Amino acid sequence: MEFAELIKTPRVDGVVLHRPFMPTVEGTLCLTGHHLILSSRQDNTEELWLLHSNIDSIEKRFLGSLGTIIVKCKDLRMIQLDIPGMEECLNIGSSIEALSTLDSVSLMYPYFYRPMFEVIEDGWKSFLPEDAFKDLEAMTDEWRLSEVNRDFRVCTTYPPLVAVPRDVDDDTLRKAAGFRHGGRFPVLSYYHKKNGMVMMRSGQPLTGTNGRRCKEDERLINATLRPGKRGYVIDTRTISVAQQAKARGGGFETEANYPQWRRIHKAIERSNVLQDSLVKLVEACNDQSHSMDRWLSKLEASNWQTHVKEILTTACLAAQCIDREGASVLVHGTEGTDSTLQVTSLAQIILDPACRTIQGFQGLVEREWLQAGHPFGQRCSMSAYSNSKPRHEAPGFLLFLDCVWQVLRQFPCSFQFTEQLLVLLFEHAYASQFGTFLGNSAAERVRLSLPEKTVSLWSWVNRPQEIDHLSNPLYEPNSLVIWPSVAPQSLLLWEGVFLRWNRSPRCQEEAREETVHIIEHNKELQNKVNSLRRQLAQLETQEPPLQTP
Amino acid sequence: MEHIRTPKVEQVRLLDRFSSKSTSGTLYLTATHLIFVESNPSSPSSAAQEIWVLHHHIASVEKLSLTTTGCPLVIQCRNFRVVHFVLQRERDCHDIYSSLLRLLRPVAYEELYAFSYNPKQNDQQREEGWQLIDLGAEYERMGVPCDQWQLTDVNRDFKVCETYPRDLYVPITANKPIIVGSSKFRSKGRFPVLTYFYQEKKAAVCRCSQPLSGFSARCLEDESMLQAISKANHNSRFVYVMDTRPKLNALANRAAGKGYENEDNYSNIRFQFVGIENIHVMRASLQKLLEVIGNRSLSMSDYLMGIEGCGWLRHVKAVVDAAIFLTKAVTVEGASVLVHCSDGWDRTAQVCSLGALLMDPYYRTIKGFMVLIEKDWISFGHKFADRCDQLDGDPKEVSPVFTQFLECVWQLTEQFPQAFEFSEWFLLQIHEHVHSCQYGNFLGNNQRQREELQLREKTHSLWAILMEEQQNYQNPFYSSAYGKTHPVLEPSTLPYHFKFWRNMYHQFDRSMHPRQSILKTIHTLKETSLKSAQTLRALENELQQLGVTPVVTSAPPPAPSPSPPPPTREQQQQQRSLTNANPAPPRPNSLILGAPQVSRKEAQQDEEKQQQQEREEEEEEEEVGEEATESTDTDRTVEGSSGTDSRKQSYGELEGSYEDGDEMTKEEPAVVSLEFGMARMTC
Repeated sequence: MEFAELIKTPRVDGVVLHRPFMPTVEGTLCLTGHHLILSSRQDNTEELWLLHSNIDSIEKRFLGSLGTIIVKCKDLRMIQLDIPGMEECLNIGSSIEALSTLDSVSLMYPYFYRPMFEVIEDGWKSFLPEDAFKDLEAMTDEWRLSEVNRDFRVCTTYPPLVAVPRDVDDDTLRKAAGFRHGGRFPVLSYYHKKNGMVMMRSGQPLTGTNGRRCKEDERLINATLRPGKRGYVIDTRTISVAQQAKARGGGFETEANYPQWRRIHKAIERSNVLQDSLVKLVEACNDQSHSMDRWLSKLEASNWQTHVKEILTTACLAAQCIDREGASVLVHGTEGTDSTLQVTSLAQIILDPACRTIQGFQGLVEREWLQAGHPFGQRCSMSAYSNSKPRHEAPGFLLFLDCVWQVLRQFPCSFQFTEQLLVLLFEHAYASQFGTFLGNSAAERVRLSLPEKTVSLWSWVNRPQEIDHLSNPLYEPNSLVIWPSVAPQSLLLWEGVFLRWNRSPRCQEEAREETVHIIEHNKELQNKVNSLRRQLAQLETQEPPLQTP
Repeated sequence: MEHIRTPKVEQVRLLDRFSSKSTSGTLYLTATHLIFVESNPSSPSSAAQEIWVLHHHIASVEKLSLTTTGCPLVIQCRNFRVVHFVLQRERDCHDIYSSLLRLLRPVAYEELYAFSYNPKQNDQQREEGWQLIDLGAEYERMGVPCDQWQLTDVNRDFKVCETYPRDLYVPITANKPIIVGSSKFRSKGRFPVLTYFYQEKKAAVCRCSQPLSGFSARCLEDESMLQAISKANHNSRFVYVMDTRPKLNALANRAAGKGYENEDNYSNIRFQFVGIENIHVMRASLQKLLEVIGNRSLSMSDYLMGIEGCGWLRHVKAVVDAAIFLTKAVTVEGASVLVHCSDGWDRTAQVCSLGALLMDPYYRTIKGFMVLIEKDWISFGHKFADRCDQLDGDPKEVSPVFTQFLECVWQLTEQFPQAFEFSEWFLLQIHEHVHSCQYGNFLGNNQRQREELQLREKTHSLWAILMEEQQNYQNPFYSSAYGKTHPVLEPSTLPYHFKFWRNMYHQFDRSMHPRQSILKTIHTLKETSLKSAQTLRALENELQQLGVTPVVTSAPPPAPSPSPPPPTREQQQQQRSLTNANPAPPRPNSLILGAPQVSRKEAQQDEEKQQQQEREEEEEEEEVGEEATESTDTDRTVEGSSGTDSRKQSYGELEGSYEDGDEMTKEEPAVVSLEFGMARMTC
């Protein structure tokens, strides 16, 4: 298929662009295979380049022969284009609609994008499981890297290499995989260096209505327990949801078969409920009516903040089990690709200082989301403005980022990165020139040859100028576990995403610059003091030889 | 002293409001404070926790029914602190309870703390403190008197209006008969006077109380008065009259012979209701808010519905909306505005002062904000004594009108982070002292009463103290250039710009706060910079005395790990920062929230007199304090948390649910020292 077939009118002059908090721009609108471009063709004015894949939906309006297209983006931005000429407007509209909903992954922009920057380090190779395992090996010899899933046969959503207890052989893993949803047998997610406790994740056990059991599965997870110790299974579903899952072949670990494990049920919502919640929240944020009661009741009705609180609370609970109770933890929900990953990744943010660095956080996203098989392709194909009926869409990753932001707000000096990194990940998960978030699993990424044919987001992020832009000037490494408050009063609406386009963007940037300025000034004075101290010290050591020749 | 039956109770438990944590310690009752001192600090290196509750801050004391663990006593304070003690013996509990009941609400002004409090100032310093703010100079700054506005002496002896100050500014065409006539037609004699003059457009903001119009009464002098205000402004043919009440309330007032201006009787006015609710609605609203947020294990849904249900943010928004209306009329249309409500000392004060804050960058400075409060609230007779319940009075007169004003200002500081010279701490400190009755500024209901009480002679001024400590209240992001580019602030009043002010209403609930504060960190950094600058000068001198030219390099010393070179933008900033390195005096060691150090010392001295306690230690006194969690010296502190913190947080079913409960709840030895659940590490 040629893109040209979809582009009926490639170019319209005299188009007026309206964006919130920015001056209107009049110029020429161009459509290319992947971009909507608006340029005033004058120097020093900014051009608008919008990826078609970032467009969630459009709305057309006509007033005489003047057409208006409101473009609603997946990053929640809304822009308005006034297009002279009804036909042009209709053509542009239908082209955008077609181009923004291309089915084939291989037609996506990342396959066409050539980096305009020098790739210093190939992001596709930055966070390989074998490298992560080397760090683990340095701490313990109780785990091994299994190749049982080498050809993705045992579990289609796991990476080729997974960390499992040393004493459990691959046959046991295969059998345990048969007993877990989607073949997702329990694997290592996090090793807590401080006390050697671990966090594992998996899919639900397939006990079904007649209480099937699997000795290999039991052996696998019991192998992670210290003698005489017990562990916790954190099921992200309520007990009733977990009970209902039995009818569909799923289930949970019963006390009888897993006597060394205590099960805790939490209530993290999933898929459609979350998508619905996002739509409602964004709708509330775009409501321009001035009624306080209406805003608060819509915010409440969206339930978004409730989800944030529930996810954070569950993650804190998992972290508490590991760090305070000194117990190992297994986390799962149904498939183990959504709420499970929210919990395991957030718990690591709380427990592990390394995850709070720029590199470490990327590694976490790579490990716990991309390689762990969160189906980004399905989950992020539509955002809050889409008119289509959601199928597999759900803002699970956005909720995770929101939770990280909440912790970051409570510990503003303990993260090496700023909110900007979180916003950036949100944007790129939904629409990107990079291949990182394409596909649904490691297997798919191999099949799509993404590492060979596209550029990794990490290649771009890990350049000095970008790192500098994302760095938190107040960062002071904090080796401790950070326990956030999960009281409703402590959790805020993430303005940086949800009100981003409804407020003037300048204040924050200026505040950051001022902070950098204060810190630099401080450092500089410190250095000067040190240089004089050195000078004095040198004089003192030099003086005696001078006096006694 | 005769009210204190039991000055000391041991083995008292202090329960945390939001968790199952408790601390045991000793309770002391002094003439001015209720003090709790923790007996076994959680770790030997951390100081014992102390809580000082000023009697005047106590809003209510409640004795709950006896439990198996003891006799609970719940104390709610006006600064939103809630403390929950459990005393072992009911007798002690009752003694403390009845002593507090007597102590918390004095019957005479002379019993208030301000009359015994001495922040170690001599008479001259005190005198100077009271002279810090000069309203005459403030009107001059605005450009008044001028060819259209004059100072009138009609109220020199408080004869025309006893709740107004002596010096009042009126249009030059308003002569004495007009003023006196108008005052007789206004509730409590509060006739229209100037409160702010917008020089650029010669537009005036005037204030008064409601007219005594009833259903049909009119007053020619009052009409002339408004005419005079209109004439004084050549930019506009009319004057806006803003009635800040909801229309229904104003209509109801007509039956009582009061009411609002009839547009037919007054030429050239445009009348407008803006609908801010009355003091009773505000009191109930805040009460509801506090009930909602005081709930343990509050769900997100209940929280949001509670915030909506109590209406507090809606009221805050209404006040800001009114101020914006006022500001637009004055700055955009160039029209003069007359603002009133019923008596013209609550909603009127809110709207006039908030409007001026939006119009004039001066009021967004530390000094200017003091002037604004002095002018629109203190001098124009906001009834602080009644509204803040300083003396045992009518509970129906109590209302958080001033708190609400401070919150409106806070909401604006959130929207304009660079526009205000002061930070949130300044607002919190003012709020603290409006209720503490420790300084004379807010005592009484009006100027006349303050003069009778001889406050200037017998008490100290808060403004002088705040000015002295102003380093602590500075907003590090403030840019004075912002006021020049944005002389008039235009806030958005879309509802999501109004947030719950956690640091006000949960000021003392540490578990709710961010564990690290950007503001504190930056203050510490700035302080370090100052010290470094001093050290630098000292070192330079030392070297020069040795006859060596100091070679100052700002290059970092060879670091073990290579760091990326700083980009040019930062280098430029470094250059800039070099040129305007302007050392200010070091900031005092006292911390902002809670009782200031001076008062603590003072109170401790009081206490010493009463009971020869040996528990006083100089060091402790310097550093301890309920709120003093971080040292202000150069050591950077890293807060994280450890065991106790996670215990403090309740994340769910874990606690006590495991069969091997004993083993599971065993505390691990803390890796780092803990201070009120905050780990502190020196790097």
